[in-house]
Amino acid sequence: MIRYRITINKALLSLLLLLFLVSNNSVFAADGEALFKANCANCHKPDVDYTGPALKGWSKRVPDADWIYKWVANPAKMIASDAYAKTLFEKWKPTVMTAFSNLTKEEVDAILKYVDDYTPPVAAAKMGESGSAGGESDNTMLFGILTMVLGVVALILLQVNSNLRKLSDDKEGVHRGEPVPFYRNKAYLMAIALILFAVGGYYVISGAIGLGRMKNYQPVQPIYYSHKVHAGTNQISCLYCHGSAQDSKHAGIPSVNVCMNCHMAIKEYKGDPIVREDGSAVNGTEEIQKLYDYAGWNATTKSYNPDNNSDGVPDGAHPISWVKIHNLPDHVYFNHSQHIKVGKQQCQTCHGNIQEMPEVYQFAELSMGWCVNCHRESKVDFYNKETGEGNKFYSIYEKFHKDIKEHKIDSITVEKIGGTECQKCHY
Amino acid sequence: MSNKKYWQSFGELNQTDAYKQSAENEFNEDLLPIEELSNEGLLDGKTPRRDFLKYLGFSTAAAAIAASCEMPVRKAVPYLQRPDNIIPGVPNYYASTYVNGGDSISVVVKQRDGRPIKIEGNELSALTKGGTSAQAQASVLDLYDTTRLRHPLQKDGNDFKEVTTFEAFDKMVSAAMAGIGSKPVVLLTSTIHSPSTLEIINNFLAKYPGSKHLQYDAISYSGMLMANEACYGKKAIPSYHFENAKTIVSLGADFLGTWLSPVEFSKQYSTNRKITGENPTLSRHFHFESMLSLTGSNADDRYTHKPSETGNIALAILAKLGGAVSAPVIADLAVKAGIEKAATELMKTKGSSLVVCGSNDVNVQVVVNAINEMIGANGTTINWGATSNIRKGNDADFVKLVSEINSVGALLVYDCNPVYSYADGKKLGEAIAKVPVSISFNGTMDETTEQCKYVAPSHHWLESWGDAEPKSGYYSFIQPLINPLFKTRAFQTSLMKWSAADTADYETFVKKYWTSKLGSAENWEKALQDGVVETPATVSTATYSAFTLTAAASKISSAKGSDIEVVLYQKVSMGNGSQANNPWLQELPDPISKVTWDNYAMMSPALAKALIGIDIMNNQRQADSYEVTPEKAMVKVVVNGKNIELPVLILPGLNEATIAVALGYGRASADEKNSLDRVGKSAAGAGKNAYPLVAFDGTSFIYTLNASVEKSTNIYSLAQTQVHGSSESRPVIYETNLPSFIKNPEALLEEPRSERINLLAEGKTDFVTEGTLYPNYEKPGIKWGMSIDLNTCTGCSACVVACTAENNVSVVGKIQVQKAHEMHWLRIDRYFTGDVKNPDVVFQPMLCQHCDNAPCENVCPVAATNHSSEGLNQMTYNRCIGTRYCANNCPFKVRRFNWLDFTGADSFANNQEPLRDKELNEVVFQMNDDLTRMVLNPDVTVRSRGVIEKCSFCVQRLQESKLEAKKQQDPSLVRNVKTACMQSCPTNAISFGNVNDKESEVSKARADKNRNFYVLEQLHVLPNVSYLAKVRNTDRHVGVVEEEKKEAEAHG
Repeated sequence: MIRYRITINKALLSLLLLLFLVSNNSVFAADGEALFKANCANCHKPDVDYTGPALKGWSKRVPDADWIYKWVANPAKMIASDAYAKTLFEKWKPTVMTAFSNLTKEEVDAILKYVDDYTPPVAAAKMGESGSAGGESDNTMLFGILTMVLGVVALILLQVNSNLRKLSDDKEGVHRGEPVPFYRNKAYLMAIALILFAVGGYYVISGAIGLGRMKNYQPVQPIYYSHKVHAGTNQISCLYCHGSAQDSKHAGIPSVNVCMNCHMAIKEYKGDPIVREDGSAVNGTEEIQKLYDYAGWNATTKSYNPDNNSDGVPDGAHPISWVKIHNLPDHVYFNHSQHIKVGKQQCQTCHGNIQEMPEVYQFAELSMGWCVNCHRESKVDFYNKETGEGNKFYSIYEKFHKDIKEHKIDSITVEKIGGTECQKCHY
Repeated sequence: MSNKKYWQSFGELNQTDAYKQSAENEFNEDLLPIEELSNEGLLDGKTPRRDFLKYLGFSTAAAAIAASCEMPVRKAVPYLQRPDNIIPGVPNYYASTYVNGGDSISVVVKQRDGRPIKIEGNELSALTKGGTSAQAQASVLDLYDTTRLRHPLQKDGNDFKEVTTFEAFDKMVSAAMAGIGSKPVVLLTSTIHSPSTLEIINNFLAKYPGSKHLQYDAISYSGMLMANEACYGKKAIPSYHFENAKTIVSLGADFLGTWLSPVEFSKQYSTNRKITGENPTLSRHFHFESMLSLTGSNADDRYTHKPSETGNIALAILAKLGGAVSAPVIADLAVKAGIEKAATELMKTKGSSLVVCGSNDVNVQVVVNAINEMIGANGTTINWGATSNIRKGNDADFVKLVSEINSVGALLVYDCNPVYSYADGKKLGEAIAKVPVSISFNGTMDETTEQCKYVAPSHHWLESWGDAEPKSGYYSFIQPLINPLFKTRAFQTSLMKWSAADTADYETFVKKYWTSKLGSAENWEKALQDGVVETPATVSTATYSAFTLTAAASKISSAKGSDIEVVLYQKVSMGNGSQANNPWLQELPDPISKVTWDNYAMMSPALAKALIGIDIMNNQRQADSYEVTPEKAMVKVVVNGKNIELPVLILPGLNEATIAVALGYGRASADEKNSLDRVGKSAAGAGKNAYPLVAFDGTSFIYTLNASVEKSTNIYSLAQTQVHGSSESRPVIYETNLPSFIKNPEALLEEPRSERINLLAEGKTDFVTEGTLYPNYEKPGIKWGMSIDLNTCTGCSACVVACTAENNVSVVGKIQVQKAHEMHWLRIDRYFTGDVKNPDVVFQPMLCQHCDNAPCENVCPVAATNHSSEGLNQMTYNRCIGTRYCANNCPFKVRRFNWLDFTGADSFANNQEPLRDKELNEVVFQMNDDLTRMVLNPDVTVRSRGVIEKCSFCVQRLQESKLEAKKQQDPSLVRNVKTACMQSCPTNAISFGNVNDKESEVSKARADKNRNFYVLEQLHVLPNVSYLAKVRNTDRHVGVVEEEKKEAEAHG
């Protein structure tokens, strides 16, 4: 009896251990990806050169294994002293890599592991997210099958064990009651119920959290407007069209007259062919003609239609009803100018590589956890009392200045100045 | 200490059982209807577990269905051509002028994405200096009033039909005008002090010989105008300079609340009510009145008398000062002593004394003029160099018009509503209907407009161009903040079209008029930007003639009073009733009576005992049933054969023979069934119209009348907020008089100081950090704090409306106010103290105190309310599950719960409908109309049912100011931030800012250690709102400390 119980316990324990290993492994991999996205993705891509070099294959390029940690912690210092760092700087200047002294060695390892394991997604950029998620689920499937096989083996062994025991008991003349079949064994039933509850609960909760989240939302717009052509190929600054991002809570969609500033002259599309995801070709010139219809512009006479109905705009002109992609709930206050002008964030941090998106989709999750995570990690442009650098607003934080002076802390995150408190975004 | 020192109700004063019970059951609510279903409690029922599972299952399923609905596709539609000065999401501010009747206040209007959403005071105005009134604050809601007329109309039987264009309308009018022959045209307007409009009116009158312009004020100042004409030869009202007055005597003039120009006077008055320096001085304010007015409750010494004795008191003061009149007999010894004291003080500060009088009786005003001559007010505190233009109506002229109305050919009515506000309005209405041509320019289908044949609705002031000259030489400009919402046309444009002198519109006219007057287009633009152009006149005198004094004195002496007299007054919220359909004003509790949505017969306990047999002071059972329940007994007040039936409201401090009734209520269409649509969902059914009681004495309208009272068996429910959120007799107010404060300033706050010391363990010194078990959290950057000066707060309630407008605070309606469900984030607590017959009144604005050690925070099971590193007590609506533990645990009772879906914000459409009229008044539906909702502030969440809300210190403004300071990299910029309540305050009683910054306003205010206290400090909740104790300039003993001493002495 006692041995019997021990065996069951052992089996359960190994099952749990297995489950733990599976989950632990995926957590580790996700960590590297999250860290990469939060810290590096603004300038680096794993496989192609971007603002900074492609990171894949780093180990073959660096002089020694420790080099990379020193570089990440303080690139400026390395450029001054290290030969390889200097060549890197020459190649990529004037951009200098930001120092990430807050990253631990383990975290850097996690990022590098993610980068090395990275395989480019098969489909278009949009699929990038689900692509990597797919790779992960492949792994899970493998582990899942393994777990199941081991579980079945454990079950068979337990049954064999109990049968053998029965035989040996019979042999020794010890009388025992009829053994309970495994499908009525309370321990088994309990284990199955617990597993079902845990798995079901996981899916219910993650499903509930996902309600109303619209990551990868990519609606069809009234005009096929390609950010790739405008911001990517033609290098138009984001703020040329979305100027109010500097002044207002709204980034703002440009009014039609802003489009017409350029398109009065540019009336046909002569760039690389644009192809939709379904393979159909986009006629850029026709899309520009749609804009002319909205603007009330006559392309042949190169003039606006006359305003015969005297409503203040050319006849036939009407505003464009774009489909809004990034929607925050009503109880969230988000201010673009705060992030652009004060926080000095890049548009790409939240909107992804918009300059490579033929049609815009929602890059980030726009969930509260996602916001808060960034607020925990981002540093504010804290005022340095000695050099006078940084935003002078922060000169009033006497306590932090004291702590910095006493080397208790070396930088101030958004969280430290209250950036994760409820009423910074909800009021 | 005695626990009776400050009280809000008779129940609290006498500690009756029902009061105690209601204070204990602060949240006495019927919850789920389970008991109705089974007649048993939830846990005693037969199947409580099944019921529980049913509710659980239903709510889970409902939540799942509601949540899994598809995400809607949202559109983003940018401008076709974005105007240069508009950045979506960034508000613009434009200077303009609030005008209503003759009232005008220079304001700055916040316009967000093309919609005006908030009124702020214009600090460049030398008159109002950035102050506003409750009515001005609320007027932005009038713009979005659903009852506004949407196009010109023409009478069609009993109804009206639309006239499609103004061109067609003009043709109709000119045809009709041609048909009146030689009969005169009468233009009847409110007082107009817009110079450009007056010019247009003159042009119009010139086109129609025999026509005349008549100005009519709903609340008349005719008596004053006539008296000034008799004494000074000028039919005008001078400027008053309360800031120069060391002694102020008011004979029933509510100059801080409703008399003439209260915002201007409050600014002036408050400059002499601030305690500064070692040897502070205050102005001395004596008040003689019959009712308890806002100004009276702020007075240092207050005396009550019968309304008919006003003239005698004026005469007695004049006689005491040495005037050539014989002193009348004043029977009341207290009043007699008060007159002597007041006269002595007036003489002592000769040259800086002022007497004002609210009476509309010419004779009384003549005597008051004589007094002001004796005390040297003419040319010092009274300025004849700049006369006030805000009231010009002549009652005798108006009465003459009414008698001759049958001979009038055309009557044009603009911005006045005499059918409602004239005593014999009903008859006037019938007569107007018979005038050959009658045209109304009023913006709504009010009582007068519905009698007219043609209606050419004029713009709301927020849609208008214009100017105002409230005081000679002080110009204030009006510019439109939004394109006209409806097919309306400026009154002035209509007149211009019809007089054919100028075919342009009023906008062009104003621009041309001012460009030439100011010299250049640049000057005009600068004037528009500033909102004001002022050429202050030097204070000068007018030549006085005592010619009429003797006659006036003899007329006063022969006047007879009666046993019961009625005084008709205005409330700070409702005024003359022109804004009656404004839900914010209707739901604003009257500062004195704390009643919303109604008027009533206000009387003293003694009179109530005599009239309705309720002895509120001695009979506990009667008192409890009267006070705790909203149902009030009614009486019929009879004046000159006319009567109105009103509920009785018992209040201390009124003269024992006086009944006070507020004007401005009881708006109703001629046919009652039209009232909801025409006068509006808020105005209809709110109170009774008291204007019919107004008498005409041959020269002016009289608002104090002899009356009798008839009993009534009817009962009427009033919605009173008075004892909601009771402080349960805890010490929340500290007060003293000026002589004792100067003698020993530290004694004022001796009690909280000693309590602080007693609470500390031995050897500890710092109350804040060492008086608690909780850790002390640092506030490293900014720590927000507010300081409220009880000495200058007059209780005017402008801040309450400002807060409502800024923070999207819901209007809940009368039924819900009766259940203590009002949502105001900021309330003005009114406390009585001292003699029950003539108590002192203290106002205390009470809002979330943002305690650093907040009792609400640690009882929230979901951490929906917690503390920020800037000292804010944060409320997160989307996290709140509505347990209301926080509200139960708040010692200040400032947390508000959304019992119902007041905003229509819940996800299911029409879920308010089943509650219509049962739980939700029509007004809630009015507020949820798409038009009305345009007033909402897009930076503040609209709260849904089931969550707690409360003052946030206007966190959206704080965040905005911090953002600006960060963008400019200058921390001192956060000193500019003003909360909505602070901005609106006409007496600068509220200061706000960063406590960590020693230069901020709040730090400076708190430096007054002898007066700075925190309410309920001994609880160690560490509030971030502090108060400055009140100091009255009187030699009477006031406040707790003094009385305690007296008691101690008496007990030996």
